[in-house]
This record gives sequence, C-alpha cells and structure tokens, in this order.
Amino acid sequence: MSDVASGVANVPARGVLPQPGAAAVARLIGPWLALAVAFAVLPAIVTSGSALTMLSMMGIMIVFALSYNMLLGETGLLSFGHAVYYGLGGFLAVHAMNTVIHDALPIPLPAVPLVGGFSGLLFGIIFGSVSTRRAGTAFAMISLGLGELVASSSLILRGFFGGEEGVSTNRTKLLHVFGLNFGPQIQVYYLIAGWCLLCMIAMYALTRTPFGRMCNAVRENPERAQFVGYNPQTIRFIAFSLAGLFAGIAGALTAINFELVNSSEVGAAQSGLVLLAAYIGGIGSFMGPVIGAVLVTWLEVMLSDVTDVWQLYFGLLFIGMVMFAPNGIAGLIMIHAPLWQARAYGPMLRLALAYLVALGPALVLLAGLILIIEMTYHLSVKATEGTTISVFHVTVEAMSVIPWVVAVILVAGGFWLFRMTWPVVGAAWHNAFAEARGAGRAK
Amino acid sequence: MLELVTISTLNGVLYGMLLFLMASGLTLIFSMMGVLNFAHASFYMLGAFFGYQISQIVGFWPAFIVAPVLVGGIGALVERYGLRHVHQHGPVAELLFTFGLAFVIEEVVQMIWGKGPADYRVPPSLDFSAFTAFSTNYPAYKMFELLTAIAIFAVLLAVLTRTRVGLIIQASLTHSHMVAMLGHNVPRVFMLVFGVGTGLAAVAGVIAGPALVTQSNMAGLLGPILFVIVVVGGLGSLAGAFLASLLIGLVQTFAVSVNLSVADVLGGLGIAPPAGGPLFDLWNVTVAQIAPIIPYLLLVLILIFRPTGLMGTREH
Amino acid sequence: MTAPAIELVDMHKNFGATQIIRGVSLAVPPGERHAIIGPNGAGKSTLFNLISGRFTPSSGTVRLNGDDITGLPPHQINRRGLARSFQVTNIFPRLSVWENIRCAVLWSLGYKYAFWHGIEALPDVRARTEAILEAIELIDRRRVQAGVLAYAEQRALEIGITIAGGAGIILLDEPSAGMSVAEAARAVALIRKVSEGRTLIMIEHDMGVVFDLADRISVLVYGQIIASDIPARIKQDSAVQTAYLGTAA
Repeated sequence: MSDVASGVANVPARGVLPQPGAAAVARLIGPWLALAVAFAVLPAIVTSGSALTMLSMMGIMIVFALSYNMLLGETGLLSFGHAVYYGLGGFLAVHAMNTVIHDALPIPLPAVPLVGGFSGLLFGIIFGSVSTRRAGTAFAMISLGLGELVASSSLILRGFFGGEEGVSTNRTKLLHVFGLNFGPQIQVYYLIAGWCLLCMIAMYALTRTPFGRMCNAVRENPERAQFVGYNPQTIRFIAFSLAGLFAGIAGALTAINFELVNSSEVGAAQSGLVLLAAYIGGIGSFMGPVIGAVLVTWLEVMLSDVTDVWQLYFGLLFIGMVMFAPNGIAGLIMIHAPLWQARAYGPMLRLALAYLVALGPALVLLAGLILIIEMTYHLSVKATEGTTISVFHVTVEAMSVIPWVVAVILVAGGFWLFRMTWPVVGAAWHNAFAEARGAGRAK
Repeated sequence: MLELVTISTLNGVLYGMLLFLMASGLTLIFSMMGVLNFAHASFYMLGAFFGYQISQIVGFWPAFIVAPVLVGGIGALVERYGLRHVHQHGPVAELLFTFGLAFVIEEVVQMIWGKGPADYRVPPSLDFSAFTAFSTNYPAYKMFELLTAIAIFAVLLAVLTRTRVGLIIQASLTHSHMVAMLGHNVPRVFMLVFGVGTGLAAVAGVIAGPALVTQSNMAGLLGPILFVIVVVGGLGSLAGAFLASLLIGLVQTFAVSVNLSVADVLGGLGIAPPAGGPLFDLWNVTVAQIAPIIPYLLLVLILIFRPTGLMGTREH
Repeated sequence: MTAPAIELVDMHKNFGATQIIRGVSLAVPPGERHAIIGPNGAGKSTLFNLISGRFTPSSGTVRLNGDDITGLPPHQINRRGLARSFQVTNIFPRLSVWENIRCAVLWSLGYKYAFWHGIEALPDVRARTEAILEAIELIDRRRVQAGVLAYAEQRALEIGITIAGGAGIILLDEPSAGMSVAEAARAVALIRKVSEGRTLIMIEHDMGVVFDLADRISVLVYGQIIASDIPARIKQDSAVQTAYLGTAA
C-alpha cells in the first residue's frame, strides 16, 4: 500500500496488459488478507477488557480518519467540520436502533452501520452542495461555520439530539443472528473490525477509479483539470458526499460501541481530533491516516490516565509535525523507501544507529519540557491540591527551586547535545543514500 | 420600543466595532501573507488574560498599554520562528500551524488560569453611567470601548495612507515580490503586520474582557464568528469585513433582545410549524435562543446567493 | 460552406480601465495551422484565455465549429473539442508522467466521474495513454514525478496533456519557449505530427518555427490584428515589419 496518492507505484509495464494470473491476484488481495488475519487474531494477543475497547475505538477512528483523508489527502479539501457527518450518522443510528427495538423490526445489529452511511451521504450531499462552491481557505472556513451551525443547533433541537445527556440505546435488543446478542465487547470488536475492513477496501478501491484519479488531479492543479474536461466543483462535491458516507458509518459504529451519542460527537473538538489523526499519520499516503488513527487513539487513552494536560501535549506534537514532518509518520517512513528498495540493509542499520544516538539527547530535552509543563500546571491551577507531583515515578516538589533548575538544565543541555548529533545523522544519511544509489546501479 | 432600538443599535455597533478590530487584523494578515490566522481569536483571548493579570498587579490603565504590546510581541515571534518556517510547506501547512497554535494557546491558558471565568472588572475610573437614554443608564465603559476602537481605526488609516511604512505595507499587500526587489525588507514587514494584527486583536481582548466574560473558551466562541465575517465580507476585503462585522454585530444584538419565539417570526412570514420530526423544537424556542447560530445561517445564505462574499472578488 | 473551426467576432476585453483586446475578428478554417505573432504585451495569451474560457470577453462572440461558446466555462469548451496548452507549464506536479496523461484521456473516453470501474482494468485508457506517451517520446519516463522532469520534457508533457483528449482544435501557447535549437526542432516535428488533420492555433515568438509550420499568420499588436495572411505576404508587409519583425526582415 505504497504512495497511492501519487500513483507512481501503479504504473504498468510497457505494452503488457495485466493478465489475471495467480501472481497478480495474490499481489492485489494479499495485503488485505493479511490485514484481515491480523484483525482476527488481535484479541488473542491483547486480552484485557479495556484493551479490547481501545481496539474497537481504533477501528472506528480508522474509518473516520480514512474518510477524512478522502477530502484532504486525495482532493486537497481541508475541512474543520467533518465530525458533523460522523455525529449525525451516530444520531440517526441510535434513533434507528431505538425504532427497531420499539417496533420489533427484523433488522440485526450488523446492518445498522448502513443507516449511518445513508445519513452521512444524505448530509454530505445537502451540505456539500453549498460547501463545495468554494475551495481552499474559503472552503475550510465554511466547513468550520457549518460545523458550528450543527453543533449549536444540537442544543436547540433537544428532541433529536437529546440535550446534554444525548440519546442512548441498547444494542443487545435488536434481532439476534447466529446466536450473537452483541453484549460482550469481543463480539462488538469483531463487528467493528469487519466493517472497518470493508470500508478500508471500499475507500482504497475508490482511489483506483477514474473518479479517484481525478480527485488527485483536482488537488494538484484544479485549473488544468478544467482544461482536460473536468469540472473541479463536481469532483469536490462527489468526494465530499462519499467522505460523508464513510464518516457516517464510523459514527454508527461508535453509537453501537458506546450505546450513547451526544452532541460532542458533532462538535469542533471531534473535527479537530480526526484532522490531527489524519495529519499526524500522514495525508500523502493511504495508510497514513490508519497509522495516525491508531496512534492518536492510543495516546488519547493512555495519556489521559497519566496527566491532565494531555491535550496540550497533543497540540505540541501536532505543531511539531506541521513544522518538521508535514508528511506525517507515513511520510517519515516513506523517505526511507529508496533504501529499502535497494536492499541496502547495511546502510539502513548504520542510519538507525545514528538515529539512536540522536534519540538520547532528544529524550533528555523532552523530559525537561515535560517537567516544566507539569510543574507549571501544578503551580497554577492545581495548586489547591498540593504542589507535590510525581513525574516519571519521581516525586517532585513544584514549589522548590531545585526541580526548576534541573528542568532548565535538562532542556538547555538536551537541546545542545541534540544539536551536536545533527551532523552525525546527516553524515549517516548521506552515506546510506549514496551506498543505496551505488547498489542500485550495480544491480 | 424606541428605547430598545436605540440601546440595541448602540450595543450592536459597539459589538460590530470590536469584531472589526479583530477582523481587520485578520484580513490584513490574510491579504499580505496569504494565510488565514486560525489563532487570531486566541490572541484576543491572550489580550484579555494578560490585561486581567497585569491589571491585578498595577491597575487597568498600565495593562491597557502593556498587554497588547506583549501579545503583539508574541505574535511577531510566532511569525518569525514559526510561520516563516512553515511557509515552505505550503498554504495547508500554514493554516494547520495556526490551527495547532490556537489549540495550544487555549490549553496553556486553561493550564494557567483554569477553566472558570477570571474576575476581570471594569476599572473604577470608568465605572459610572455615561448618559441616560430613556430609562436605561448607558455605562461609560462601553463609550470608552467605542471611542478606543474608533481612535485605533483613525490611527491605522493615517499610518497606512500617510506614512512610508504604510505605503510599503499597502504595496506588499498585492506585490510582495516587487517590493522585496525594490530593496525593502519584506520579511520584516510581514513580522510587523503580524505583530500589529495580533496586537489589535489583543486590544479588543483587553477592553472587551471586563464587559464580556474572560474565560478560556473565549477564543473558541468568537473564532468561528470571526471567520464567518471574513467569508461573508469577502476574503481579503477590508471594506467587506467592516460591513460584515457591523451586520453581524447588529443582527446578533437585536436577536438577543427579541422575545418572540421562532414560531411567531416564521408564522408572520407565513411558514407553519411542522407536526413533529427533528426540527420541531426549533419552533418553540425564542429568537434570542437561536441568536448564536444566526451568523452561520447568514453564512449559508451568502454561499447560496453570493459565494464570493459581499465584496469579494471572483476566484479564478 | 463549413463553419470555421474557431471564429472570433469583434472581441473586446478590458481589465478595469485597461483595454487589452480591442476589437479582434478572426476566422480559422478547419484543418488550418494558424500562428499568432506579435510583440510582448500585445494580448496573445489573453486571446487564448478568451477562446478557451479562462476569461469572459467584455464584448464580442466566440464560435466553435459554428456554435456560440462565449462565456462558457473551460471544462465545457474542452468537452466540445478544444484543448489548449499554457505558456507557463501547467501540469500535475506530484503525479507521475503516466498519471498526467491518463487524467487527460479519461473524459474523452467517456468515463466521466465513474467511481465504479477499477481504472487498471480499462484497456482503452491504458492503450491511449501509452500511445500518447510514445508520440511525445516520454514513454521511458512514465514513472517519474512530473515536477522533477527537465524543462523541455515538461513542455513535451504539456503538449501531451493538450492532445491526449483527441481534441479537434488545439491551441498551443509558445510551445518552444525556452528551448535550444535542437529541442525546438524536435518540438516542431512533434507538433506537425500531432496536428495532422486537426486545427492548430499557435502563439510563437520563434520565427523559424512559425514560418516552418504555419499555413497562415495573424499579427497582433496592442490588442488588434494588423495583418492576417499567408507567411510569404506577412514577411513583406511593411506594417508588420515596422511593428514587429524589424525593417530588415
């Protein structure tokens, strides 16, 4: 699943039409089969209940982030209001589930995400017809405004949005098939994993269609796309509607997972979260948002147990990535692709060693920053709870001078040492790529 | 009735002026540097909190001078060491940088000052009634806000049209490369504009803080309205931003003071309420309750009927 | 009598108070190779923008094969069989050379906004893309990202994107700009090959290329056509010589 967004990897060999032979088919469905197997055996590896819930949340976030990347990575549309389609999908799903339960309709739980998809598509079309009249910065602001419109409306339309408590449901009361009542989390996990895989395949397939290719073209140069016969506004509108569809499915899955949907699911915070996830993972490749979704969900769950200001760390990580790694984690991995393709394992190892050398001081710098942030927090807002805190299992008294001195030393010293390792990494990088180029020529 | 209209108009114009104080800085930065500063409302918030903190130590009037300068300085540093670096990665990265910045600023403010409102009060020197219109006492502090805003605009207009720096800025708005080739330090001009733009937002925060609420969600509440204003007014148009600011300021102020329910208004227009369904609640709330969403409804209307904004130019 | 491929009737274009095109009328019959020459700032690119729909005329009419296309958006004009290239290379920089051409063939093959076909399973898309790449001699560079191509290769790609849709009327804006003599000769050979049986309108500064390729030449000066004739007569036209070619032509 290499850089699909640029299509470079899928250029066919000259004059040869791809025959549907065994090798070609294997290459096509191999990765998906492996993914399916991985999804299937994960619960055997991570057995705790909370881990299973986290895996379920990851599956939902993967669908949501991939739907977001249909807009940003594929078509160049930066949206600050994508959670609208996610949240509305969730709300329609819970109302549908409650109706099914109330009227005892013969509809099993696995079919409920279809309602979410329908909802996402419907609202995608309605709001998209207005939003996609503009592109670029204006589109971003419009998406923000529409998001606020829906979020503010949620406090007014209390019947549909359920006010502050939201709308709840019971997923075990739908029609049971194959003896599954979807009460236990493990059953819900497999439901989510199945839908996640389906959506991943569907969204990937979309990128391999004439429409998907033209999305990339419109992203690159909308004017030129006009001069080859395409209306960029139509492309954007279709992309927007389909992105809404998949976001709606993710929303329905979250409704099933938590049996509760409230107005925060359509809000700016949720829209920001999916943007963060997609961007940190890397918007330039198909799997980037998947990586980002997994990482962000993990951080969200893990960090919030460790510190109250986890959102600040999130924001700082995001800014760091925008400034220094705008292609995200996937981008950072992909830079090394030429080394992998040239099978230059020796140079790669040396490069990895250089990275490790640079990592030491970087961690020191990071520790110092964390210390400062945590101490500031405990001195200001949480001062009423006492100013003694525990950082990295070390008890620190935020009021005394010594920890502050230590923190400053860590930051300054760490940064200085880190800077000293840059030439080392630079040289290893240069050597690795030179060797890889040489090896490539020799082959 | 007349009293209501007069007071609401005064308040609406005042609110619109405050909005324009921010929207003007935003538009200048956008026109010149091509980046929409997502964190603009965050600088407004910083102005309010700095103003509060400084006024706790030395009083309101020193804070009034010092806080905007401090915030503008922070803005200039952000431009110099952050935005300038991100510029090479393209416009999406620039917008996302300011988005991340807004997020981080809100978190830092929450971390230091907490989530509740700060006790930022009108200074005693201004805490009297300016005049009595009909039966309502109009506070002097509001007149102060209005006069400050107008004074700032006058100064800004004078600087832009009559000083050398102002001319360079005007030229850089449309032809930054040419201005650079003429020997002017365009990056420094950018830093200046960003610093002044954010400083303006901070002034709005310092003076609005005591009148409205000073709280860590200020930026999140005002930010979207600000962006609606620039889209409705037309991206890059100062005149459009002015019109849109006044429009939204007046409409929201009047809406809040109307006690009719939506059903009354729509019924007067001949639209009957639905029997049930998701929109049913809409008919039973008062116009005042839907005042927060009116700017966004305006946005949708503009997009349908005049997509480039009130005074925007056609996008190519 | 068949309608002209492109017909301009009294075209005017103003930007604010500045008049760029001041009453241009031109009729290019089908199959002709027509060159537009003129000093810098005469309005040649603006004329192309008016014909292809990038700008709307302030007044006047544009007709394509007899149909009025004045004011239509570029994508609709393109769908009716008119394609253009750009003076400043206007390609899809981060897509591969292969992708660039493939995007240009999709609409003309009828696939439109289809999201229900896998694109690799469409043999006609593939065949046509290969054929175009062979014609512009970039078939061996098909995997390269378009943004890193050499300048002359990018110009060739630019032409490739223009002709890929099989348009009957091709507008080329300074196709050989910035090229060496050898590169320009290759470009001319390519243009001659791909414009076989089609209508070609070309903006050019290289007189060698112009006199080599053109059936007829129009001279645009300050937004007006001062002469429009076969090359031999244009060379000897005194007004043209003064305005553009220099008196010792």
